[in-house]
Amino acid sequence: MEELYEILEELQPEVDFKTATNLIDGHLLTSLSIISLIAELEDAFDITIPAVEIVPANFNSADAIWTLVQRLQEED
Amino acid sequence: MIASYCVPVYFVVFLPLVVLAYQVVPQRHRWKLLLAADYAFFFAISGKLLVFLLLSTVSIHHIGLWLGTFQTERDLAVKGAERSERKAIKAAYQAKTRGVLTLGILFHVGLLLVLKYADFFGGNVNHLLTALGLSWQIPTFAFAMPIGISFYTMQAVSYLVDVYRGTVKPDRSLARLALYMSFFPALIEGPICRYSDTADQIWEGRPVTYHNLTFGAQRILYGLFKKIVIADRLNPLILAVFSNPAKYDGGVIALAMVCYTCQLYMEFSGTMDVVIGSGEIFGVTLPENFRHPFFSKSISEFWTRWHITLGTWFKDYIFYPVSLSAPLKKLTANARKKLGNHFGPVLASGIALFCVWFCNGLWHGSAWNYIFFGLYHFVLIFAGNFFEPTNKWVLGKLHIDRQSLPWRSWQVLRTIVLVNFGELFFRAPRLRTGLSMCRRIFTKFTLASFRNGDFLVSIDWKDLFVVIAGVLLVLTFSILQERGRSIRETVARQKLPVRWLCYYAFILLIVIFGAYGKAYTPVDPIYAGF
Repeated sequence: MEELYEILEELQPEVDFKTATNLIDGHLLTSLSIISLIAELEDAFDITIPAVEIVPANFNSADAIWTLVQRLQEED
Repeated sequence: MIASYCVPVYFVVFLPLVVLAYQVVPQRHRWKLLLAADYAFFFAISGKLLVFLLLSTVSIHHIGLWLGTFQTERDLAVKGAERSERKAIKAAYQAKTRGVLTLGILFHVGLLLVLKYADFFGGNVNHLLTALGLSWQIPTFAFAMPIGISFYTMQAVSYLVDVYRGTVKPDRSLARLALYMSFFPALIEGPICRYSDTADQIWEGRPVTYHNLTFGAQRILYGLFKKIVIADRLNPLILAVFSNPAKYDGGVIALAMVCYTCQLYMEFSGTMDVVIGSGEIFGVTLPENFRHPFFSKSISEFWTRWHITLGTWFKDYIFYPVSLSAPLKKLTANARKKLGNHFGPVLASGIALFCVWFCNGLWHGSAWNYIFFGLYHFVLIFAGNFFEPTNKWVLGKLHIDRQSLPWRSWQVLRTIVLVNFGELFFRAPRLRTGLSMCRRIFTKFTLASFRNGDFLVSIDWKDLFVVIAGVLLVLTFSILQERGRSIRETVARQKLPVRWLCYYAFILLIVIFGAYGKAYTPVDPIYAGF
C-alpha cells in the first residue's frame, strides 16, 4: 500500500490520497493521469489492467485502487 | 409529421396519447405498447428505413448470445482445468470472442459508414484522382439515412463491447434489446444510453406517478422555453449571416458566431430537457447530456459538461482501449523513460486523443468542416495537457492564485471564446467559408454596425430583448443548479396556488415570447442530422 501511495503522490502531489474518496467523480484524476497511473501500476505490481477495469469504482480512492491491484495479482 | 421533439404534434398529441395508453395498459403489457410507439415514431420519420433499426437490433441480439455462448464454454473449461492451463484456455477463448466482437462492430460501423459517409468518401477519392491527373472516377452513392442511426449505432456497439468485457450479461430477450435500441424519446438526438443504465428501466413498465408526471412536464416546459423562445428567435440572424457572410463586417460575423453557439446550446440542451422529461414521465431516468458547459475553465472540462454521453462513449470505447493497447503501452513506457513522467504520457496518449477527436469530428457529419472541428479541439486539449507544467510554473512566478475569482473568470471567458470559434466552423456550410468568416472577424472587425443598428440582421430590438432576457433566466437557473439547488424541488415545495402560478407563468412565457408562426423559421433539430 505504501508503494501505491508513493506512486499516487508522485503523480499528483497536490492531492491527499489518504483521505480522498472521489478521485474520479471529483475530477482529481483526469483521463491522462489515469493512463500514467496505469503504466506505473503495471510496472510496479506486474499486472495488466484492461480497459474494462477503468471505472470510477476502481479508481475513486487509494483503497479502491489497492483492491483492484490485489484482485488482478490474484487473477494473474 | 413528427420531425422534432419540440413540435406540438409531439408534446401535445403523440406523447400524451402514449402516456395515457401506457397508464391504462396492465404493467406486464406496457413494454409492447412502448415498442409499438417506438416503431410508429420511427416509421413516421424514416418510413421503411425502419428495417435498418430492426436489422441492428436482431444482429446485436444474435452476436450478444454468440459471445455469451463462448463465455459460458470458457468458464466451464477454466473450472475443470489445472491452474497452469487456465491462462491458455482464457487466451484461446479471448481470441474467439474478440473475433465475434470485431465482426459485430464491423457490421454496425460498416453500415453507418456506408449510409452516412459513402458520398463523402467517394467524392474525396474522385477529387484526389482528378488532382493526380487520372481520368477515371469511382461511382458515388448518396443513401437515405434512417433517423438516429449515429446514436443507435453507438448504443449497439456499447452493448456488444460491454457483453464482450463481461460487464453486461447477453440479453436473451429480443424485445428488451429492441426497447433499449429504440426508446422513442431518445431516438432522434440521444442521449446515447448504456444497456446497463436504461434497458431494465424501460422494460419494467413502471407506472406514471404524479411526481414523475409533474417533474417530467416541468423539464419539458423548460426545454421548450430554451428552444422556442431563444434558439428559434435567433434563427433568422444566423441563417442570414451564415448563408452570405461576405455581405457582413467582422463585428456582425462575430455576433452571429456568438448567437449560433447560444442557439446550438439552447436547441440541443433544450431538446435534451424535453427528451429527459419525456423519459421521466415513464419512470425512466435517461443520462444527462449537459452540465452547464459554459462554466468550464478549460476545453477539456467543457467536453465533460457538453454532450456528456458522446464524450464518455469516446472515452470508454476509443480513448482507453487505444491508450491501453499493447503498442501504445510500450510507447508510453518508452516515452516516460526518455521524456519524463509528464511529457512521455502526454505525447503517447496524444495518439489516442487524436483518434477520439478525429472520430468525434467525423461522427458529427460527413464534411471537412466537422473534421476540422474535431481536430481543432484535439489541438486545444493536447496543448492544454502539454503546457500544463509550464502554465503552473508561469503562474507560480507571477504569484497568481489559480483558485482566485479573477483567474477562474479569465479561464471561463477564454474557454467560451475558444468554444465559439469551434462552433463557427461547425455551423459554416463549408470549411472554406468557416476560414473566410474567421478571417473577416480579425481583418474586417468594426463596431460601426453596432452604432448604426445594422447588426440587427433579420431580427429587431424586440427579438434581441427577448433573447437577452431568456438567456439571463437560463443563466440564473444554471447558477442555482451549479450551486446544488433544484428549481423543480423548490417549486414542488410551494403551496398549490404558487405552484400553479409558476407553471402557468412559464407556459405563458413560451406562448407569448416564443418565436413561431409565419414570420419565423424554427431551427431544425441540429443533432438529428448527425
